[in-house]
Amino acid sequence: MKQRQKTAIVASACLIVSLAASSFLLHRTDQLRPQATLDEVLFLSSPRVIKRASLGYDGLMACIYWTRAVQYFGYRHHYYAASYNLLAPLLEITTHLDPQLVVAYEFGSSFLAPKPPQGAGQPERAIELMEYGIQNNPDNWRLYYDLGFVYYMELRDYKNAAETFERGSHVPNAHPFLKIFAAQMAQHAGEYETARMLWSATYQTTQDQQIKQNAIDHLRALHVDEDVEHLQQAVTRLGERTGRLPASMAELVAAEGLPGTPVDPDGHPYKLTSEGRIEVRVPDDFPFATKGLPPGYKPKYQAFQ
Amino acid sequence: MRARIAHIASNTFREAVRDRVLYNLIAFALLLSGAAILVGQISIEIEKLVVINLGLTAVSLFGVVIAIFIGIGLVSKEIEKRTLYTVLSRPVRRWEFIVGKFFGLAGTLVVNTFFMAIGVFAALFYVSHKFVRADALILVALYFIILQFLIICSLSLLFSSFSSPLLSAVFAFSLFVIGSFAEDLRNFAGMAHGALRWLTTCAAYLVPNFSAFNVITSIAHEQPVARQLILQNTLYALFYAAMALSGAVLIFERRDLK
Repeated sequence: MKQRQKTAIVASACLIVSLAASSFLLHRTDQLRPQATLDEVLFLSSPRVIKRASLGYDGLMACIYWTRAVQYFGYRHHYYAASYNLLAPLLEITTHLDPQLVVAYEFGSSFLAPKPPQGAGQPERAIELMEYGIQNNPDNWRLYYDLGFVYYMELRDYKNAAETFERGSHVPNAHPFLKIFAAQMAQHAGEYETARMLWSATYQTTQDQQIKQNAIDHLRALHVDEDVEHLQQAVTRLGERTGRLPASMAELVAAEGLPGTPVDPDGHPYKLTSEGRIEVRVPDDFPFATKGLPPGYKPKYQAFQ
Repeated sequence: MRARIAHIASNTFREAVRDRVLYNLIAFALLLSGAAILVGQISIEIEKLVVINLGLTAVSLFGVVIAIFIGIGLVSKEIEKRTLYTVLSRPVRRWEFIVGKFFGLAGTLVVNTFFMAIGVFAALFYVSHKFVRADALILVALYFIILQFLIICSLSLLFSSFSSPLLSAVFAFSLFVIGSFAEDLRNFAGMAHGALRWLTTCAAYLVPNFSAFNVITSIAHEQPVARQLILQNTLYALFYAAMALSGAVLIFERRDLK
């Protein structure tokens, strides 16, 4: 074997061993510091500075920050985090870099507004974001719809919700349902019905599969909330009539003349506890439900607080 | 005269190709195909935006780097290798040499941009599965990027005509950065008073205004570009490049090559 061939073999072996060793060590280091790479750090927090530093390539920077916001939210949401401190700044940087990036307003508001662990629990920041979006994209009716949605769903602020839907209805090519929502908000009519209409509208008007799935999950949760509320009222009525709680769901069904054992959207019968509470069998299947959850129920993962 | 310039230009182009400048296309292709496949999985609803933004930004940045690093060596390398003396001993004038070098480098960048543009459109087709009328706007952004290259090529040649390669690179890159802030500089001039106002106004008009050439973000959102802007940017780039080339010729004509 020639000297050059020997050198080539030794160098190749060294390269492979070093690569494997460094990868292994990096993997071990990540295990020692599991959150180190996704730590809550925003080295540059000023949107203006970042815009300047992008040397005019702000569109690409906006895409990078938007992806970072999605990853940040997705990671923490997956583990049912209780705080999303970087979410609002990341979204503000994204939209400042590219004010026409409509997707960042639409999804951003749905990340920011809901209470943890479903969202960041910052409806005020969501409203600021959406107002900035409307300011920069005044002809996009979906932004008015999303803002009205936040006012109604998260704050139950009928006045502002009605006003926002009304403003949106004047935008050229606005969907006709904005006028209906504006009227319904003004009347404060049928909470469940209105919420169902809003989520159905969201489902019908989006092409994005994730938004569609989110709308389905909310519609399922509304179904559960409404069922539990009606059944709970039935339990109270029976209690007032007989002076005791029903012993079983069968007794409640018979006393109320219900057509059969009430079931959740997955077909599981609702549970009647000995304390007279109506509960769902598998709470994890209804992440957005607010009623029918066992006392002290917490989602599967509580990694972040 | 034209034949001599064309000859120098074609030699410059060949030399750049021989220097494996077009290898950057491989990195570009990997970057773009990686982004087109990956972004859909790690982000939401911005696949097309990323392909346009990343593709055009990469075309621009790769080109700027090539323009600077090839441009700064165009004159000094010829002096160092002593090939310049061979060229100038023939019936070639110094200004023809500079202009030929400029066209050679510009040609290299146009060819490079052409291949990158094919890559951008291929990646776009991969993520969208079709082309729409608004995609033609990308051609306007590419045209503006080429105009930007013309200015940078001429500046690199200007610096190369009197300075060392290292200093030329620093000067050219600094002007590229300052040129990206040209609008801020003009705003600053508007706020200043007295001699400072005069100085900053001069500086603002002297440095190239690259911000006017950057329409990538608006084109990614399918916003049309005004014809007036296309015309003005074309004229501006031609005049600015002519100005910098004239400066390079003036300096090179007086340079003692002994």
